Amino acid sequence: MWRRVVLFVLVAVSLLSLLGYGFTRDAKEIPSPLIARPAPPFALPRLDAGTIALESLRGKVVFLNFWASWCAPCRAEAPALEAAWLRYRDRDVVFVGVDIQDKEEDARAFLRDFRITYPNVRDVSGKVAIDYGVWGIPETFIIDRDGRITYKHVGALGRATITAKIEEALRGVVSASEGRGEYGATR
Amino acid sequence: MTSTIGYGSLLLATLLAVAGMIAPILWRRTGRNAFFASALAAIVGQFAFVTVAGLALVYALVTTDFSIRYVAMNTTRATPIYYRVTGLWGALEGSLLLWEWILVIFAALVAWQYRHRERELLPWVLFVFSGVSVFFLAVTAFASNPFETLAPIPADGRGLNPLLEDTNMLTHPPLLYTGFVGLTVPYAFAVAALITGKLDDGWVVATRKWTLTAWFFLSMGNLVGAWWSYHVLGWGGYWAWDPVENAAFMPWLPATAFLHSIQIQERRGMLKTWNLALIMLAFALTIFGTFLTRSGIISSIHAFSSGPVGLFFLGFLALVVLGSGGLLLWRAGRLRDRLELDSMVSRESAFLFGNVVLVSALFAIFFGTVFPLLSEAVAGVKVSVGAPYFTGVTAPLFLALVFLMGVGPLIAWRRASWDNLRRNFLWPAAIALAAGGAFAAGGFRDAYPLLALTLCVLVVAGIVFDTARAVDARREIAGESAWRALATITRRNQRRYGGFVVHLGIVLIVMGLAVSMSYSIEREATLDRGESIDIGRYRLTFEGLTATQQPTHVRVEGLFRAARDGREVGVLNPALKYFPSQQSPIGRAVMRISLTEDLYVILSGFSNVEQRQATLKALVRPMVVWIWLGGGVLTLGTLLTVWPLAARAGAAAPAAAVAGGRVEAAGG
Repeated sequence: MWRRVVLFVLVAVSLLSLLGYGFTRDAKEIPSPLIARPAPPFALPRLDAGTIALESLRGKVVFLNFWASWCAPCRAEAPALEAAWLRYRDRDVVFVGVDIQDKEEDARAFLRDFRITYPNVRDVSGKVAIDYGVWGIPETFIIDRDGRITYKHVGALGRATITAKIEEALRGVVSASEGRGEYGATR
Repeated sequence: MTSTIGYGSLLLATLLAVAGMIAPILWRRTGRNAFFASALAAIVGQFAFVTVAGLALVYALVTTDFSIRYVAMNTTRATPIYYRVTGLWGALEGSLLLWEWILVIFAALVAWQYRHRERELLPWVLFVFSGVSVFFLAVTAFASNPFETLAPIPADGRGLNPLLEDTNMLTHPPLLYTGFVGLTVPYAFAVAALITGKLDDGWVVATRKWTLTAWFFLSMGNLVGAWWSYHVLGWGGYWAWDPVENAAFMPWLPATAFLHSIQIQERRGMLKTWNLALIMLAFALTIFGTFLTRSGIISSIHAFSSGPVGLFFLGFLALVVLGSGGLLLWRAGRLRDRLELDSMVSRESAFLFGNVVLVSALFAIFFGTVFPLLSEAVAGVKVSVGAPYFTGVTAPLFLALVFLMGVGPLIAWRRASWDNLRRNFLWPAAIALAAGGAFAAGGFRDAYPLLALTLCVLVVAGIVFDTARAVDARREIAGESAWRALATITRRNQRRYGGFVVHLGIVLIVMGLAVSMSYSIEREATLDRGESIDIGRYRLTFEGLTATQQPTHVRVEGLFRAARDGREVGVLNPALKYFPSQQSPIGRAVMRISLTEDLYVILSGFSNVEQRQATLKALVRPMVVWIWLGGGVLTLGTLLTVWPLAARAGAAAPAAAVAGGRVEAAGG
């Protein structure tokens, strides 16, 4: 009899505590398989002239931003991105915009409208976007001096996060998980 | 104002529920009828106040009273009236209120039905009902209040999740909730039987029809959910083993086992402990399922907003599990079952095997559902358990169940003689084997669907032969025509023949599942206007796009002309719906449904520049419609079992009340 009682209580309590443990974590959060891994290499034509190869930027922190002219959150974050670029351009940080699923003239108009001065490339075939597992835009990857992805952000970025994550990448700090949209923070 | 009335009613109902827990105890202690009257009054009062609260919320939703937060979150001025009403169960707070509402309706019905009967069990039954009611009222009143007010009052509301704007919203949630809540009736009686020590099969007989009714609603809730998923979610499937689907399905398994094993208890007085455990398990699983959907601890498509509600549910689940288990262990001494199987080849053992298989399936599904939690807790690794695990583990179990479904109702009690076996199974088995051969020759080469179809034939043939023999016997005795004889035997033994019809419904469902899961084809293509693709025997030609403004969204439709074997069968217009509140469009798949196969077309994208290109996904899924037909047959079978035909016929011929040699105690 007592053995049965003990067994029952043991099973019931461990199951219940397992369910209780569920509250301590976020089921929705999926770790990015890319963070802390080497960034997939690419070489893409620039929207103005020439090409950019990721390898050529080794030794610098790369801020890689996937965008398109028709995407509202991309528009929302554009001023913050340009401002951050002006602040960091002399500190071994390179910003690269990757325009995907877009028309060339629209993309140029977008860069003109927001007076973007950092280099932008076009990923016409979408291959690079697939390599980086881009699911929607904007998505941003920060790559440290050794070519390792330290941070991934899905959705628009706010100023505070840009600064914090670039500073971390400069020190080689890898984020534990990816970030989510800050549409509100960009406005 | 509405908010005050609603919330006030909830608080008053909570007080009455607490009183409803105390009064039955006092009644038992003192034996004074005044306390019995109070216990009844407490139930009726809860019913009245919760009804006022429910109606208040419906009123607020219909009149779009945006001073109430829940209304503002779940309706807009543009929402059509029926979706305003269904907004009652469109989100967390309202759905819990609906749950409580159904619960007190059940409580009131039970109190009314048994007010002159079951005097020993009734106080504890009412005690359990009020107890469960206290919990749900406390949650709605203190953790997720549907009447919370909002200031300033917004000009318009946010609206229901667009996926919920579907006619199934009218049926699926209420059906499922009724199934869940209905299991409270047998659970309450089981607890009452344990507390009083009246452990004979009185409680089983008293609640048989209630259990069957709850089981029916549970089955239909799941089926309608599958149909919803099939025609709304636009992925061509009807079941994904999502944690919440599992949560809705799991109580069905012990409930089904219970419905069968209580027959052994009624016949042979065995399995008392087992039956109590099964029904307690089924009830605990309904709470577990609700906990899973409302707590957000496991990632799922059905996530409700989470919050303190999850902790409330966990606490209540702990109380139910530990309390029920404790009661069972406490009474274990009195429950010493004499489990004496006379033979492994008997109806008892077939039912018992069926029970073991059902509980194994439950264990497998439960394990798969909580495994992501376990993995993260023990190994710190995030995993998700997908359909391959669940189908892989459960398919053989469900096939075994179909086999037992063919054997169980026909085999003799106690010990089947060779003669009995030959009489009942020779022809059905021969027919099934022949049919199996024919299926194999006809192109069903994969083991699972072939086996499933063959076993289904076994079940049907067994039922047909058994019924035909009974009809023959009746014709010989009474000289009735065949149809009349069928009507007579059905009326005299509703449980048996109703059960047969339910089994036929399950057979249809199994056939639909087995074939559609194994033989679907799928194609995806981007088409210019005028281009076409072939899929199976169909050809789909893209004819263009149209965009229209609907009350709550913009709808883009693709027009696809469909031809089967070269003959035109009509135009299909799958759509994408763009809701202002949603980031991505919601697909509207269209289907051309027939008995043999469904053509299922989804618009997955289009070029919005010149409207010249569309990307579509098309599937041909055979025999899906059999699943839904099975649901209809299941409904008929349940009605045939539960509807009191015998009682009415019994007035004319007293012998008719005797069903299968046993008086229908719960009849009427």
